[in-house]
Amino acid sequence: MTDNDVAVVRTKPRSSGAPPEPAADAPAPKPERAKRGIGTTIRSRERWAALSFMSPWFLGLLAITVGPMVASFYLSFTDYSLGVGEWIGTENYERMLDDPRLAQSVKVTAIYTFVSVPLQLAAALGLALLLDRGLRGMSFYRSVFYLPSLLGASVAIAIMWRQVFGSEGLVNQVLALFGIQGQGWVSHPDYALGTLIILNVWTFGSPMIIFLAGLRQIPAMYYEAAKVDGAGVIRRFVNVTLPLLTPIIFFNLVLQIINSFQSFTQAFIVSSGKGGPADSTLFLTLYLYDQGFTKFNMGYASAIAWLLLAIIAIFTALNFLMSKFWVFYGDND
Amino acid sequence: MATMTETKAPAPARRAQSGTAAVGARRFVFHLLLTIAAMIMIYPLLWMLSASFKPIDEIFSDPGLIPSSFQWSNYTEGWTTLPHPFHKYIFNSMILVAGSIVGNLVSCSMAAYAFARLRFPGRGAFFAIMLGTIMLPIHVVIIPQYILFNNLGWVDTFWPLIVPKLLATDAFFIFLMVQFIRGLPRELDEAASIDGCGYWGTYLRIIMPLCMPALATTAIFTFIWTWNDFYSQLIYLRDVDLQTVPLALRLFMDSTGQTSWGALFAMSIVALGPIFGFFLVGQRYLVRGIATTGIK
Repeated sequence: MTDNDVAVVRTKPRSSGAPPEPAADAPAPKPERAKRGIGTTIRSRERWAALSFMSPWFLGLLAITVGPMVASFYLSFTDYSLGVGEWIGTENYERMLDDPRLAQSVKVTAIYTFVSVPLQLAAALGLALLLDRGLRGMSFYRSVFYLPSLLGASVAIAIMWRQVFGSEGLVNQVLALFGIQGQGWVSHPDYALGTLIILNVWTFGSPMIIFLAGLRQIPAMYYEAAKVDGAGVIRRFVNVTLPLLTPIIFFNLVLQIINSFQSFTQAFIVSSGKGGPADSTLFLTLYLYDQGFTKFNMGYASAIAWLLLAIIAIFTALNFLMSKFWVFYGDND
Repeated sequence: MATMTETKAPAPARRAQSGTAAVGARRFVFHLLLTIAAMIMIYPLLWMLSASFKPIDEIFSDPGLIPSSFQWSNYTEGWTTLPHPFHKYIFNSMILVAGSIVGNLVSCSMAAYAFARLRFPGRGAFFAIMLGTIMLPIHVVIIPQYILFNNLGWVDTFWPLIVPKLLATDAFFIFLMVQFIRGLPRELDEAASIDGCGYWGTYLRIIMPLCMPALATTAIFTFIWTWNDFYSQLIYLRDVDLQTVPLALRLFMDSTGQTSWGALFAMSIVALGPIFGFFLVGQRYLVRGIATTGIK
């Protein structure tokens, strides 16, 4: 506070006191220099202020984010484990090539992502369209659909899922009402991943909220114009809503793909931390945890972490490249 | 526009005359479908709530929502069955939550003020880096972080979970607040500066009070995420005295068989309760937070 006080006070004598001074001939260049000097002190004061405001973030960036990132990259070329490790070159990466569990975990993660994300976004978009009609009670429905996405990441929900899809669980109890004999879905290698996919689809609430916000941005006059031109509900959706919503669809797609590649808790809880049955829910993150924090092969685990980062980066980049062909950013603005 | 509204106006009136019943029926079907969809979505949660009161055999046989008798014993048994009474785990979670909220509110708002209002060299580049860290998977940095905190002797303390928040590593909140501060009129800053307010004065007395909605969003999301967080707590808190609610639930699940599902459900309900409470109270902020930044 006082800092700026000084700056303001000091500027005053300059502007009011400078004009009389040129009477003397010797100190003529002085006001020039003084002006520049004060200008730079104000600017440098702003810089110092910025530095102090940013200092926690800078420290965090160095110590918690960038430093560990660099260290992780280095570790991926070592056999580091519990305090000791040596440089082993690309051995960790070569080892990945004939590690069947790694191949399995990449496959499981990919299936999970590429099945659940489209389904989740379809559900989110569908319900957002239904809820966008401004009907009475719409905020109630919105809350109900949104709630699961808040709870979905919790251990409690994963425990519930394990029971719901268990051999004597809720799903089978309901199926029994129709005379269908179910099975232990979470304990069957063919279906366990499916239950996790359903869990991810169940949390479509947050992309739905983003879609709703996007739908509200579409000017009503476009619809009116289309209506005047005789476009029906479907034509209005295909030719007005969908093109104008593509940036939001793209945004949700990028975000959800990144998120689901990193899923951990649900698979960990449902499979008791093992990624079973028969490695059918062994996400890449679970395998990383197993290598890094159960077996303490931290060098190899770091290499797996970089594989995960590379996969996420590649798919995000692909997403951006492909977006040129289908995302519509409007032509006037 | 004017002609459009003119042509539009008679249409509903005509339709209303010819088919009020049809419109009403359509609206009814519409609500019915939405209600069914909502019911399917929410049913497992309601069922778990009811199951937490059911006798054990009913949990595995009755898909209905009404327990034949209310068994509070599930709650009392669940509360005491682990090495510590359950409130110990709740208390540990609360410490983490409180530390994380304070850390995020202070550190993220400071960085956000600098990004939004101050000029300094490299601001654009740092802003881009900050956005990049939002997307950075925790899995890439967790191993060196663990080694670092282990060398500091911080494993099996709360510090590895709180200190990063004090260092503004939850960058989406910075982004959220930058967006919010940019929406505030700059004239306020200038007026404050003329009145003799320095940068810290402007931040504390002008920007922060006006940022309350963004701060509330940050606090609520930090609460929910920290309360739900499992991965980093699993890695850093192995000591049974420090375990939190998610870790306690996991321990509970792995250490008990079929017979304790009622108690396990009861404690799961206890774990979900606070999130549900915040959801009811802070829904407005949550929805706004998601709509502006797209976070989960």
